[in-house]
Amino acid sequence: MVDGKKLVVSASPHLRAKDTTTRIMLDVIIALLPALGAAIAIFGPRVLAVTATTVITAVLSEYVARKVMKRHNTIGDLSAVVTGLILAFNLPVSIPLWMAAIGSCVAIIIVKQMFGGIGQNFANPAIVARIFLLISFGTAMTGWTAPLSWKTDAVSTATPLAIVGGESAEALPSLLDMFLGIRGGCIGETCSLALIIGGIYLIARKVISPKIPLAYIGTVAVVMLIAGKFDLEFVAYQLMGGGLLLGAFFMATDYSTSPIKSNAKIVFGIGCGLLTCVIRLFASLPEGVSFAILIMNLLVPHIETIMAPKPFGTVKEKKSKAKEAEAK
Amino acid sequence: MAEKKSLGKEFTKGLIAENPVFRLVLGTCPTLATTTSVVNALGMGISAMIVLVCSNIVISLLRKVIPSKVRIPAYIVVIASFVTIVQMIVKAFVPALDAALGVFLPLIVVNCIILGRAEAFAGKNSVIASAVDGLGMGVGFTIALCLMASVREVLGAGTFLAGAQNLLVLFGDNVLNGFNGFTLPWTEYLTPMTVFILAPGGFLTFGLLMACANKLAEKKGKPKAGLGGCQACPMAKNCALLAEGKECKTEEKKEEAAV
Repeated sequence: MVDGKKLVVSASPHLRAKDTTTRIMLDVIIALLPALGAAIAIFGPRVLAVTATTVITAVLSEYVARKVMKRHNTIGDLSAVVTGLILAFNLPVSIPLWMAAIGSCVAIIIVKQMFGGIGQNFANPAIVARIFLLISFGTAMTGWTAPLSWKTDAVSTATPLAIVGGESAEALPSLLDMFLGIRGGCIGETCSLALIIGGIYLIARKVISPKIPLAYIGTVAVVMLIAGKFDLEFVAYQLMGGGLLLGAFFMATDYSTSPIKSNAKIVFGIGCGLLTCVIRLFASLPEGVSFAILIMNLLVPHIETIMAPKPFGTVKEKKSKAKEAEAK
Repeated sequence: MAEKKSLGKEFTKGLIAENPVFRLVLGTCPTLATTTSVVNALGMGISAMIVLVCSNIVISLLRKVIPSKVRIPAYIVVIASFVTIVQMIVKAFVPALDAALGVFLPLIVVNCIILGRAEAFAGKNSVIASAVDGLGMGVGFTIALCLMASVREVLGAGTFLAGAQNLLVLFGDNVLNGFNGFTLPWTEYLTPMTVFILAPGGFLTFGLLMACANKLAEKKGKPKAGLGGCQACPMAKNCALLAEGKECKTEEKKEEAAV
């Protein structure tokens, strides 16, 4: 009742949801916090330094890039903060801070802003930055610190996947330790419990649909069950080792780099899972989540085209028949 | 035939306005493959330039003899002869460069810049103009390669002009007191980013430099390099169809126009 009138004529839409980019990104940040807390407990205060570096550099590069390209400022939507956080989660705790900063610049400037900013990037910025750093600084990116060793002396260790894959002779952490994250690995990928809590929060808030994570994790579970000759323990190590949970809940579900249609989401998840398994089982790297997601990111437009739904009431014409009709 | 230009303009257009790599987007394969170090890039650029100038001269000389229907095979024969000569010379006098460039040296035969200039320029213009055009394009190609290689070598390996003796061996042993490139001072503290030496870094550098070139072209009111109709084509000045006010829609029509 505007100005006391009973009827107001206005153009649609009449109901607006309260979802804004900022709110969604805030939800993602909240969902990442348990994993961040766990990481600080496991790997010590240096986690905060790495995270602060990536987040601050990400926001700064977003600000500078938008300014230089004379576009409106978008740091307020918090997407750069999310990219910075996820990138930090993908780095080992011992990484030199300048390398982490370079990663953030690559993620924001090259992957995101060069292609037009939020919603326009064809690949997940954090994943490309991680791969960029992995190729550039192989040694620094694969130097793992043993969990809980920060109070005394930092001890190096191997990741569970490298041990399972037979590339390291160290003792495997117990399954409970794996679940709680007390193992070697990247900052944010180790604590399965915290990642699952974050994932469930996102699904409950309807920020992400459960289709991609479930299809992804399910595919890895099935393939690993067959590859491990039905050894359930092997499957458990494969699911909780590496960055699978982090990738499935937080990186594969990135809006602009994952499909919109619901069938396509499942195909996307299965594709990510298959590629991850292929890389883990047959390639020279122990871990393949980031490469799998990147490859599937590139295939998203094609998946969407193939999975296009048939509009209601239309009949699919066969090409040969259509040609015959034309000939007549 | 395109409108007459002064020889100076024929030379300078290859440097910036019609730079083969950044404006015409030709010869990208050697550009990406041989720019891992400045010395390799320089060697590649100079070899291509020699072939380009020689083949432009000979093709221009023969332009009235070669029947237009078989011109491409004829051009290839001419280009291949010069590539073989250059390859033999490089093998004999700068063997390290030959080893570094590998298959990309014989592949100059099918380098689009050389065939492109033969088709677009030497086949229609006088000998001197063609030679100058080839020289300009060759220098432009070399500059573009060196620019890319500088970025990649400095960021990716932390050196500049590493392996300079590979090229300097042409002038005798131990020229310039055995100068073999600089190692940049910060490599002590900062690890070089290997990705720039690898293929992804090559594409990245290429894309970023091309963006800069487009930005510069835009400022001067020239069309961007890339896909976008006939007017946007950097070859527009040489296009016979466009001169008649038509547009080439397909490759076949382009062929017809050239015939």
